[in-house]
Amino acid sequence: MQTNAKTPLMRVHGISKSLGGREILKSISLNLYEGEMKVLIGPSGGGKSTLLQCMNYLIAPDRGHIELLGQHIDPGNHRELCLFRQQVGMIFQDFNLFDHLCALDNVSIALRKVRGMSKKQARERALSELDRVGLADKGHLYPAELSGGQKQRVSIARALAMDPKVMLLDEPTSALDPELVSEVLAVIRGLAQNGMTMIMATHQMGFTRSLADEVLFMQEGRIIEQGSPRVLLAEGSKTRTLDFCSQILDVEGGV
Amino acid sequence: MHETLDVLMDALPYVLQGAAVTIVAVIGAMFLGLFIGVPLAVGQVYGGRLIRILCGLYVWFFRGIPILVLLFLFYFGLFTLLGLNLSAVVAATIVLGMTSGAYQSQIFRGSILSLSRGQLKAAQALGMSNAMAIRTIILPQALRLSIPGWSNEYSIILKDSALAFVLGASEIMARTHFVASRTYQHLPLYLTAAVMYFILTWIGLILLRSLEKRVRIKGYVH
Repeated sequence: MQTNAKTPLMRVHGISKSLGGREILKSISLNLYEGEMKVLIGPSGGGKSTLLQCMNYLIAPDRGHIELLGQHIDPGNHRELCLFRQQVGMIFQDFNLFDHLCALDNVSIALRKVRGMSKKQARERALSELDRVGLADKGHLYPAELSGGQKQRVSIARALAMDPKVMLLDEPTSALDPELVSEVLAVIRGLAQNGMTMIMATHQMGFTRSLADEVLFMQEGRIIEQGSPRVLLAEGSKTRTLDFCSQILDVEGGV
Repeated sequence: MHETLDVLMDALPYVLQGAAVTIVAVIGAMFLGLFIGVPLAVGQVYGGRLIRILCGLYVWFFRGIPILVLLFLFYFGLFTLLGLNLSAVVAATIVLGMTSGAYQSQIFRGSILSLSRGQLKAAQALGMSNAMAIRTIILPQALRLSIPGWSNEYSIILKDSALAFVLGASEIMARTHFVASRTYQHLPLYLTAAVMYFILTWIGLILLRSLEKRVRIKGYVH
């Protein structure tokens, strides 16, 4: 449980977004506190991915704004926007590794080009991040030579190398073959245990139960339920969240 | 028959010097086209409305007018008006390069658009500025994908370069024409010119193919 007296690390304030005449996000507000893990759940098309991409202005919201450490971010100021994004790591469903760079360079390129590190420094840092996700020996391989799980771990290393204050994870395991999901979840679990502040869209229910501090259930552009997984997912509770999750489990036929 | 051979042997060194002029003009035009085409493509894909319109106008202009008209328009018209005293070869290279820039921009534009939008997002999410993301992530991949289209452009510029003859540039065609009109050995001389263009096309394509292989990304299937 978070105390309200603490200032949130990141504050999302009244974000709305319409795309193609359809309202995808309807005035979403939420606070992320330091060390917290929030999970976004809900049917596809509910706005989870759009919300996450609005949180670092990859998609420009129509209304509303973001604050990081109490500072209002002005997306119209390109320099300020770039500095803000350096502090917000993002993991995509389909990895989005840079196809022309080996794993090591995928991690080190932003260190060199954005942080201005020397080639040697960046390389050392990139190696230690690859080591953290268990890929120290794969640095020379290109994205096309890696499995999906390895690609996603490289993308996590790439984000971590920038020392983000918060991580946005957009269904990081949804594009993976089932047997590769656990290696990626293990890395994310390690991050959570080390106190990384995260918000993650996922359908991994077991993971959510054990690690989420708060679950946000999104549907039709609104957060319609929120609370701790113990409450929302308790047996016999009449929440939409539990209803939705039992449907996923029926389909997947698993626990 | 004997006379024909003598004419050919006499003409060959002279026409080969023309081949050197052709090669310089074509390489110059390719690179000028590259330096014009890349910004045009980036402007057309990522630019605001005004930039997109301006780039579009450039492409529309150079693709819509025959090279022969452009050569006259620039060499006798614009360059003279501006008081530029350019040699025929330089003028032809500039016109071929500017025209090729319009065509090359469409090759690069296609390559850029074929890349996933996600890589640009990932670069921006790391805090790269738009310009840096395009330069370090998008263009290195787009240029690799453009090499096959670039080979095609090479063979087109090479053959268009024969038109420089009308400005008086002393390239393969002009020199062949000069010898032929003196000796009346039209068939063997123009055949020689044809073979030279053929060989130059072939060499260029082989070089570009090996470039394509050299910069290929491991395991990359596009």
